[in-house]
Amino acid sequence: MNTESTTVMPDMPSSGRLIATLAVIAMLSGFFVVLVYQATLERIALNHREYLERAVFTVLPGATVRVNFSLSEAGLQRLPDDAVGDANVFAGYNDDGTLVGVALQASARGYADVIRILYGYAPDREAIVGFTVLQSSETPGLGDKIETDPAFLRNFENLQARLNEEGTALENDIVTVKQSTKTEDWQIDGITGATVSAVAVGRALRESANEMLPLLAAHRSSLTTPPPASRTPPKEGCPKDGVGDDETDTDGINHGSENP
Amino acid sequence: MPRDPKQLSPPTMATLKEGVWKENPVFIMLLGLCPALAVSNTALNALAMGLASTFVLLGSTTLISLLRHLIPKQVRIASYIIIIATFVTIVDYTIHALSLELYNALGAFIQLIVVNCMILGRAEAYASKNRILTTFVNSIGMGAGFTLALFSIGAVREILGFGTFFGIPLFGSNFQAWAVFILPPGGFFVLSLWLVLFAALRRRADQRKEVGHAS
Repeated sequence: MNTESTTVMPDMPSSGRLIATLAVIAMLSGFFVVLVYQATLERIALNHREYLERAVFTVLPGATVRVNFSLSEAGLQRLPDDAVGDANVFAGYNDDGTLVGVALQASARGYADVIRILYGYAPDREAIVGFTVLQSSETPGLGDKIETDPAFLRNFENLQARLNEEGTALENDIVTVKQSTKTEDWQIDGITGATVSAVAVGRALRESANEMLPLLAAHRSSLTTPPPASRTPPKEGCPKDGVGDDETDTDGINHGSENP
Repeated sequence: MPRDPKQLSPPTMATLKEGVWKENPVFIMLLGLCPALAVSNTALNALAMGLASTFVLLGSTTLISLLRHLIPKQVRIASYIIIIATFVTIVDYTIHALSLELYNALGAFIQLIVVNCMILGRAEAYASKNRILTTFVNSIGMGAGFTLALFSIGAVREILGFGTFFGIPLFGSNFQAWAVFILPPGGFFVLSLWLVLFAALRRRADQRKEVGHAS
């Protein structure tokens, strides 16, 4: 084979030489890794941002502008456009600057791993109007039907998420029921063969809605008033218009990075 | 230092073809089976995985061949692993920057190229003993063989499991996808079928050679 039968094994090199060899190789390796890391850092962040942005516009039909917010017990805080990672509420506005809805993230344990979803909530309709899976490792062909099954996805075109009188929780908890047994507006028609995954989606929505929607209702006015600060670059099929940016400047809300 | 004359000879077509056919990493040597089974559920994933592994193989074996006289025998495995890991990290960041969708589909298997025994095997058995040009040509062949093998598995699994090829639907809407072929067991089924086919082809080639010698 390829063995060098005629080569005499050289004497054992000094340990200094061994250490030096490894050190040089490791240092060169570190140098190249850092180089590539630096070179791709921006692009990777951009990819993540674009991915989430596409998802936000998917779950909020009609929205063309996105603004990031951070919402917690402490209050609602507006974040700069590139702070996608810190935001937990993405408000979507249409071309006229009116609030279409907010996109919220939710997660629950599925069959294989945690399922992370993004859903759109329209405050004026008090309903969930859009849904997309951000991350899942559900079984292909079975559990991943939560991403592809048209009948299941139709559940989220208008899923009731009304708050109770006190505004502390959902009036009717969102729940997944067996396939073809949906009778109420707040029920999700499940998928046979993907029961665990479909129930997990229902649980994720229920928990997230119970936690976030009361907070959101308390801050609703500050969500509807601020005008979109910046336009996302026009995408294909999205009509571009010149008005809208300047007309709503009179509300006195801090515009952040707009017009330096 | 006296050397095997074969190793000093310039690379030939045989050096290139070795990895594709006679020593195909997946179908003959059964190396790198983990990625071959795990990410060959669609033709695109298989192709991407094959190309990523080929890049790592090519980069690391060429560098190892270049450094083969400088690295003491006692620390060679550690050095090879650092070199391979560096190329894997580079590929990882590059794919992450190129396409998030592809990166998510390949998941942890990009990072796991580092433990693909085909690559360390090539580094130890070939690159550390051969000249840089020969190593380069041999690695291209090996990488092509690996990519071809993954693609063969991936194409069959995608066609049967999704009814598509590179995402293009092949059958009408009445096609009931064969989900088992996307799942891990399907990977084993398809791999075994290809192994049978390769073994049969090899036996036929051997028999023909024997007949040729006899006559």
